[in-house]
Amino acid sequence: MTVAAVTATRPEPALRAARLSPVWVAAGMAAVAAAALAGLVMGPVALSPVAVLRHVGGLRSSLEPQQAAIVDQIRLPRVVLGLLVGSTLSLCGASYQGVFRNPLADPYLLGAAAGAGLGVTIVIVGAAEGATTPALAPLAAFVGALVAVALAFVLGRAGGARSSTASLILAGVAVASFFTALQTYVQQRNQDTIRQVYSWILGRLSTAGWHEVLLLLPYAVFTWVVLLVHRRILDVLAVGDDEASTLGVHARRSRLIVIVVASLGTAAAVSVSGLIAFVGIIVPHTVRLLAGRSHRVVLPLSLMFGGAFLCLADLLARTLSSPAEIPIGVITAFFGAPFFILVLRSSSRAGRTT
Amino acid sequence: MICCRDVSVHLGDRLVLDRLDVELQRGGWLSIVGPNGAGKSTLLRYMAGLVPGSGELHLDGRRAGTLGRRERAQLIAYVPQVPIIPDGARVLDYVLLGRTPHIRPLGVEGPRDIAAVHDALARLELVELAEREVASLSGGERQRVLIARALAQGSPLILLDEPTTALDVGHQQQVLELIDDLRRTAELTVVTTTHDLTLAGQYAERLVLLHQGRIVVDGRASDVLTEENLARYYDARVRVVDDGGRPVVIPVRAVPT
Ligand SMILES: Nc1ncnc2c1ncn2[C@@H]1O[C@H](COP(=O)(O)OP(=O)(O)OP(=O)(O)O)[C@@H](O)[C@H]1O
Ligand SMILES: [Mg+2]
Repeated sequence: MTVAAVTATRPEPALRAARLSPVWVAAGMAAVAAAALAGLVMGPVALSPVAVLRHVGGLRSSLEPQQAAIVDQIRLPRVVLGLLVGSTLSLCGASYQGVFRNPLADPYLLGAAAGAGLGVTIVIVGAAEGATTPALAPLAAFVGALVAVALAFVLGRAGGARSSTASLILAGVAVASFFTALQTYVQQRNQDTIRQVYSWILGRLSTAGWHEVLLLLPYAVFTWVVLLVHRRILDVLAVGDDEASTLGVHARRSRLIVIVVASLGTAAAVSVSGLIAFVGIIVPHTVRLLAGRSHRVVLPLSLMFGGAFLCLADLLARTLSSPAEIPIGVITAFFGAPFFILVLRSSSRAGRTT
Repeated sequence: MICCRDVSVHLGDRLVLDRLDVELQRGGWLSIVGPNGAGKSTLLRYMAGLVPGSGELHLDGRRAGTLGRRERAQLIAYVPQVPIIPDGARVLDYVLLGRTPHIRPLGVEGPRDIAAVHDALARLELVELAEREVASLSGGERQRVLIARALAQGSPLILLDEPTTALDVGHQQQVLELIDDLRRTAELTVVTTTHDLTLAGQYAERLVLLHQGRIVVDGRASDVLTEENLARYYDARVRVVDDGGRPVVIPVRAVPT
């Protein structure tokens, strides 16, 4: 603000479009690095940060073989998975909020969560009866999420040629309720597996080596690239489809691409992590309040801070009541919500919100 | 510059525009007048390519149907009657949106775009307000921002739907003078709609009176703004007096008997 005031008094002020400032990029990267390092060194066995850094960097370190194995096989994959899932969910949330011009849109808006939940419940229940194996859970979640979103699309379109984003959201709500009802029914019929189902629904990042990471990685990277290159287009879409179209943007097509890709990313993330709530709403909103509302700022920062946030949440999830694990969804909500309120209050006091 | 031939537009099952012919030369200013619901906004939206219709539309001598979206945007800038202002958008960023047709679809703006924005802001005396949020501006300032966005777009043809409706008489004059100035100095072709007939007559070279989707009168202000026309199409009781060749429309109250 003071910088603006100073430049405005010069005859030819340097005009700067809303774009990501290097300071925020540095802050985001620092957050990611700090969260990752904390995730690597903290836990039942505390490790020396320097040794861990040297080890991860491929240098000779003072870690004993057993400690090195903890880093390589347990903590590092889990940290990377946390970063991937958190970044993807929060980037997808930010994109949904932009494309639907609705600050309450979250990555599960179109029924992805309910569909994934149903898929996983069926697999877990089936596994208890010997019909399926739990290893199919990620696939079932992925398929379930995509089916739900596709169904929401078909139903939203059924509203006629004048179908709008509103009818899409309504269809998503209907599909979500329907799938949740089915899921609850299947779950209640099979009391013996209810714990397992719940543990998935509340989200968890337990990993077995790099398997989940490799599963998610291609989808995550694809999602990131497509959504990030649409950051300026999302700003244009904020003036509405008509005006965006008189500005030369193919509004409907761009919207569709963003929605489909964000749904794909969400489906891939929940397939390995379960339903982690709040990340997709809280992180983008915090970024918006602190750094600005242009998608050119919000998308990349949501990506970075979302990863860092989930990485830290996972650290709490596995250390707070160690050796037991708290579901990570509980952590994100428990710590995320108050933090968000704090940001909201302090930024409205600073007069930044309208 | 812009030429509509035999244009009809259906919305729902209503015929909203009925076989219109409009032509406007480069550098001209056409003001579309007519009562509420006559189809003024629809005509602008048709010109901007936002509603489909039958008939022919030529822009700059080329058939509109053969133009790509971006090409068309480089020819026509459009400001709707009720524009959506994005939450929290600053003046600068909002005006920069006007450069969209000149920026690669997935790219970002270059120095030329920033220069064009700077130019538009300077012309509309908005440089001081560049960092303000659009939502926090007064109606007149906001209207200038909308025009700045259209100007930054660099299109030779500008369509403005009721640009002066929210403004007091001083700001109405200011905005219209500005448009007229831009028309002369930047060689823009301008189409506006308005309900202020007197001002329309003072600024636009040509008026088109729309009524129930048809062009009922088309010509100079003195031909269009007659007591007879206004009584007939607006159902209004007015007196029209001549002020140095320009008609002035004065509403007349029915004398209670
Ligand atoms: N999507 C639509 N479907 C059906 N009818 C419509 C639609 N949009 C507009 N109309 C009708 O078309 C007619 C012309 O509308 P338009 O907005 O062009 O009027 P206008 O001359 O701009 O009026 P105003 O002076 O009030 O702005 C109106 O009767 C309106 O109700
Ligand atoms: Mg109108």
